[in-house]
Amino acid sequence: MTANLAGGGGHARKLGVLEEVRRAFTGLRRGETIAGYLFLAPNFIGFIIFLLFPICFAFYIMLTDWSLAKPPAFVGLENFETMVNDRLFWKSLGNSFYYTFVAVPTGIFIAFWLALALNRKMRGIIFFRTIYFLPQITLTVAAATIWRWIYQPEIGMINHMLDWFGIDGPKWIHDTQWAMPSVIIMSNWQGIGFAMLILLAGLQGIPEEYYEAASIDGASGWQRMRYVTLPMLTPALFFVVVTSLIGAFQSFDQFFVLTQGGPAHATTPLTLYIFQNAFTFFKMGYGAALASVVFVIILIITIVQWRLARRWVIGFENDDE
Amino acid sequence: MANAVKLKDSLLGQKQTKLLMDLLVYVVLSIVGIIFIMPFAWMVANSFKDIRGIYKFPPEFIPEVWHFSNYTEAWTATHFDIGFLNSALVAAAVVLGQVVTASLAGYSFARLRYPGRDKIFLLYISLMMVPFTVLLIPLYIQMRAFGWVSTLQAVIVPFLFTPWGTFMMRQFMVTIPRELEDAARIDGCGFFRTYWLIILPLTKPALATLAIFTFVNTWNSYQWPLIVLAKPKVKTLPLLLASFQNQSAMRTPWHLIMAASTFVVVPVLIAFVVGQKYYVRGIVTTGIKGGG
Repeated sequence: MTANLAGGGGHARKLGVLEEVRRAFTGLRRGETIAGYLFLAPNFIGFIIFLLFPICFAFYIMLTDWSLAKPPAFVGLENFETMVNDRLFWKSLGNSFYYTFVAVPTGIFIAFWLALALNRKMRGIIFFRTIYFLPQITLTVAAATIWRWIYQPEIGMINHMLDWFGIDGPKWIHDTQWAMPSVIIMSNWQGIGFAMLILLAGLQGIPEEYYEAASIDGASGWQRMRYVTLPMLTPALFFVVVTSLIGAFQSFDQFFVLTQGGPAHATTPLTLYIFQNAFTFFKMGYGAALASVVFVIILIITIVQWRLARRWVIGFENDDE
Repeated sequence: MANAVKLKDSLLGQKQTKLLMDLLVYVVLSIVGIIFIMPFAWMVANSFKDIRGIYKFPPEFIPEVWHFSNYTEAWTATHFDIGFLNSALVAAAVVLGQVVTASLAGYSFARLRYPGRDKIFLLYISLMMVPFTVLLIPLYIQMRAFGWVSTLQAVIVPFLFTPWGTFMMRQFMVTIPRELEDAARIDGCGFFRTYWLIILPLTKPALATLAIFTFVNTWNSYQWPLIVLAKPKVKTLPLLLASFQNQSAMRTPWHLIMAASTFVVVPVLIAFVVGQKYYVRGIVTTGIKGGG
C-alpha cells in the first residue's frame, strides 16, 4: 500500500521537508500546490472536525465521570475498574461474541452455496440475485418490525407454519434461549445478499480454463471444488469474513427494534449497552470506556484476519498493492 | 467411428445431467427465493387487514376484506408526512455533500502534487476503520456544544464528509489516463476546469455508486438520528416507524404498522431496482479492492 502511495512525491524524498515545502510554493509548482490544498480543504476540514477530533476527544471522555448536567470530573481509569466488576458488561460482551461468531459463519455458509447456484449459466439468475438482495437494502428498522411480528408466538407466521407440521414453536423473541437465535435468523435473512454478491463476483472471476484443465485431469466435481473453486475464492471469502465480523460486532438497530435487548438482557450486545449507559443513564465517561472495548476488538479482528490471510489467502502477498 | 458415437452419447448424457442439475438448482433457488420474499409478502398482505383479521386464529394469508384505508390511517396516525420530508431532505443534502467533497478531495489525492498529500491520505485510510460506535458519544457532546441537538444539521453536517467515499473516488480517478488531462491543460484549462470538464464526466459511474450507497445508508440510518433527534418535528422515517409500534395500545395495531412499514420500505426498493447496476457494481468493485 505505502509503495503505491509514494508514487507522486518519490523524487522529492531526498530533500528536507522545509525545502520541499518551499519548492512546492514557488515557481511552476505553486499553482498545483495551492489547487491541491484548496480541493482538499472542504473535505479535510470536515474530516478534522467530525472524525479526527471526536476520536481524540473520546480518549479524554473515557477518563471522566460526566453526566452532561455538570462539568466532567477527571477520574483516571476508574471507568475501567467499574467495567471489570460490571456483570452486565461481561454479559453484553458475551452476547456480542455469541451473535457475531454464530451469525457470520452461518450467513457466509449459506451465501456460499447460493453464490455457487447463481454462478451457473442459466436464465433468470439476475431475478434471483435481486430477490436475495432485497432484504439487504430494506431499512433494518422496517425489517426488524416485520420480523417482530413474524416471531409473535400466537399470531406470528413462523409458529403458524410450524403448526402445519405438528411442531409447537418456541416463544422466539420472548424466550431467553431463543431470543438470540431469532435475532441471528433475522440478521442473516437481511444480510446474506451482501456476502452472496461478493462471493458471486469472486466465482465469476475464476477463469473457465482452470475448470477445463481440472476436468481433463479427471477431477471429480468435489475435487474441482476443493482444488480450484475454494482456493481461487479465498480473497473474496477473506473480504466477506472481515467486513461481516466488523459489521456484526457493531450491529445495533435489529437489537433495539426486535428485542430491546431482552428478555433478561439475553440479547443486549455491547453496542446497546453503550447506548443505554450514555443516552439513557447519561454516563458519558462509562459509555466511552465501553466503546473503547468495541474499538480494540475490531482492531484485533482486523489484525488477526490480516495475519491469517497471509497463510490461507492465495495470492495475498501479490495482490497487496 | 465407434469412438465418435461414444463421444456423442456421452455428450448427450452430459447435456441431460446438466439439464437435470439446472432444474434442481431452479427448484432450490425458488424455495430460497420464497423464503426471502415471504416477510415482504406477509407485510403487504397484512397491511390490508383490519384488526380482527390480524388477530384471527388460525391466521390467513389473503385478507378477507381489503382495507385500503389502513394506509391513510397509518399516514395520519403520526407525523409521517413530516418524516418523509425530513428523510428526503437529509438524504438529498448528504448525498450532494458527499459527492462534492469526496470528488474534490479524490481529485486532489489522485492527481495534484503537494507536500503532505500521501501522509494525509494514509491518515484517511487508517481512520476509515474506526467504528462509528466510538464516535457516538464525543460527536453527541459536540452537537450539544454547537446547539444542534434536535436539528437536522446534526444528521446532515457531520455526514457531508466521507473518508470511505474519498478513498473510492481517489482509487477510481487514479485509473483515468493522464493524457486526457494533459491535453486540456495544454489548451489552457485551469485545475478546476480540468476537474469539471474532464475528470468529473469520466468519474460518473463511481459518483453514481457513491450517491446510491449514501442514499440508501442515509435513508435507513437509525442509531445516530435516534440519539440526536428528540423532537417530533425533526424525526426521520425510521424513528417514526420504530416509535409508532411502541405506542401503547390494548392490542398492537399490526395492520397499521405493516401499512407504515410498506410505505417506508417502498422508496428504497424503487431506488434499488432503478440503480441496481451501480449498486451491485459498487459492492463488487469496492469489495474486490478491499479484499486486497
